[in-house]
Amino acid sequence: MSTSTRGAGQPLKDTPGGSGDLATEFLDRSTPLSRIRNLMHRYPALSPAIVLLVAVIIFGIISPRFFFANNLSLITQQVAVVGTLAIAQTLIILTAGIDLSVGAIMVLASMVVAQTATQNKVPAAFALLLGLLVGLAAGALNGILVTRLKLPPFIVTLGTLNIFLALTLLYSNSAAVIGQNIPPMITSTGAIFSIGGIGITYGVVAMLVLYVIMAFIMGRTAWGRHVYAVGDDKESARLAGISVNRVLLSVYVTAGAILAVGAWIQIGRADAASPNAGGELNLDSITAVVIGGTSLFGGRGTMWGSLLGALIVGVFRNGLALAGLDVLYQTLAVGVLIIVAVSLDQWIRKVRT
Amino acid sequence: MNTLEDHSPASTLPFSQPVLQATGLVKTYGRVVGLDGVDLELYQGEVLAVIGDNGAGKSTLIKCLTGAEIPNEGELRLNGGIVHFKRPQDAKHHGIETVYQGLAVSPALDIASNLFLGRELRKPGILGSVFRVMDTKLMRANARTELDRLGISTLQDVTVAIENLSGGQRQAVAVARAAAFGSKVVVLDEPTAALGVRESNQVLELIRRLRDQGIPVILVSHNMPQVFDVADRIHIQRLGKRAAVITPTSHTMTEAVAIMTGAAVA
Repeated sequence: MSTSTRGAGQPLKDTPGGSGDLATEFLDRSTPLSRIRNLMHRYPALSPAIVLLVAVIIFGIISPRFFFANNLSLITQQVAVVGTLAIAQTLIILTAGIDLSVGAIMVLASMVVAQTATQNKVPAAFALLLGLLVGLAAGALNGILVTRLKLPPFIVTLGTLNIFLALTLLYSNSAAVIGQNIPPMITSTGAIFSIGGIGITYGVVAMLVLYVIMAFIMGRTAWGRHVYAVGDDKESARLAGISVNRVLLSVYVTAGAILAVGAWIQIGRADAASPNAGGELNLDSITAVVIGGTSLFGGRGTMWGSLLGALIVGVFRNGLALAGLDVLYQTLAVGVLIIVAVSLDQWIRKVRT
Repeated sequence: MNTLEDHSPASTLPFSQPVLQATGLVKTYGRVVGLDGVDLELYQGEVLAVIGDNGAGKSTLIKCLTGAEIPNEGELRLNGGIVHFKRPQDAKHHGIETVYQGLAVSPALDIASNLFLGRELRKPGILGSVFRVMDTKLMRANARTELDRLGISTLQDVTVAIENLSGGQRQAVAVARAAAFGSKVVVLDEPTAALGVRESNQVLELIRRLRDQGIPVILVSHNMPQVFDVADRIHIQRLGKRAAVITPTSHTMTEAVAIMTGAAVA
């Protein structure tokens, strides 16, 4: 549908007396299907919310154990790390980038925290600070490579993924640090308290707090809006006076800081720091973001959508396991979800013309 | 060049100083000469059209005026004072707003967000200064006021995403963004190139309205009827130089094309 055919086929209501609400005008001449599309276009987190709801209901019917308090608790714990990584991933995907190194940065930061706290006897708080610095530095490296060398984020992070993985193994001598040796402050993210009988870890709380903060920043601050603008149309953003490179760099650095928090949550969740953990987390975080309705083409999506995406993957894996299906079917289901989510995104984006 | 003095609208104004004046602009790309000593004057309250064949240096000229390119030689004066633009932002800070050919608006963002993109208003007090929270309500209200002032009645709901608008409406948003917030000069690069007849007319009407409000406009266009319709003076660019400055009354369209292609001398 080009503008010219629109003009010819449909009288433009552009007189002052005509319908003021352009959105309504747009919807009025739509079929029910395109009305749904417009709704999903306006609220990208809508479809993952519906999928999650349906999945929860179906898995609850299939297996009564699904709604058991400790099962729900388990799902939240399983989602905590991926959910946190998905925040960082959302930021980067919103700029039309992609970060294959989120898991690797998280693991590197977790090893630095655990190693400095145990072998170098650094105070726990200081060790966590060092982890934060590692996250910031790793994010900055990605950001500098993307903005200064103008390399595609996919290539940059494919490279740094391997670099960070190797650094992690070199630094840790490929040895894990077990939870008993780590100061309790660092493993506290795994500690559980109870709300209505459902055990919640402090790591889950930390993840939720991060979501609240980042959702606020993305929706309410100029920086958040600039991130969307850069992802939506880089050239338009530049011409509007936004310093595109500065925004991109800040996105990667912020992502690095979030990943450092993810490292803290991971140590608590696993009650250990292992250099081999998190290999699958790189792609899992992308899965969560994509299923959460954020467009890989940038500029469209929400933080909350990614939380829903992470929860959907967690619920699917958990529900299918409870239904007695082999773990491979879980993976298969996640694969199907990704394809469906991206097809949906393509369909929604057709509103654009 | 005698036509310049005869038809300068400055004669109708109490002062004759151009708002924007370029003298002897030279821009080369390696051995390719884009601009070969171009002069340009823009006066208060006029629409100055810039026309020329492909490769005549129209785009380069506009880029030099708006900070997208840095000229090798020559000077730019804004209200008499010499200015140097290294980036588009520099020109913007001096009140020169440009609407680029490719509709430089962010499709997924709404109208108000686009109008304030890059200059968001923040909430008063600690929320704005420390937490840098935007004042969305104020921006929407101001966006409505600006659109009303410019007479863009087709855009009433400023919370509609740009991608839900027609081409003409999108261009109206782009023009409104350039014209809003006290800009001194508005530069439009082929604003009607992607539009139908009806939508083009809306944009031309908007250009006239800007001029009537005293904002001088530089209009780059290939469309001769539109140029002759809306322009007060016409700067003809040829082979990297200014071939002539004419007015729609002093020359016909055919004569303008003749000057443009080198078939005639002004």
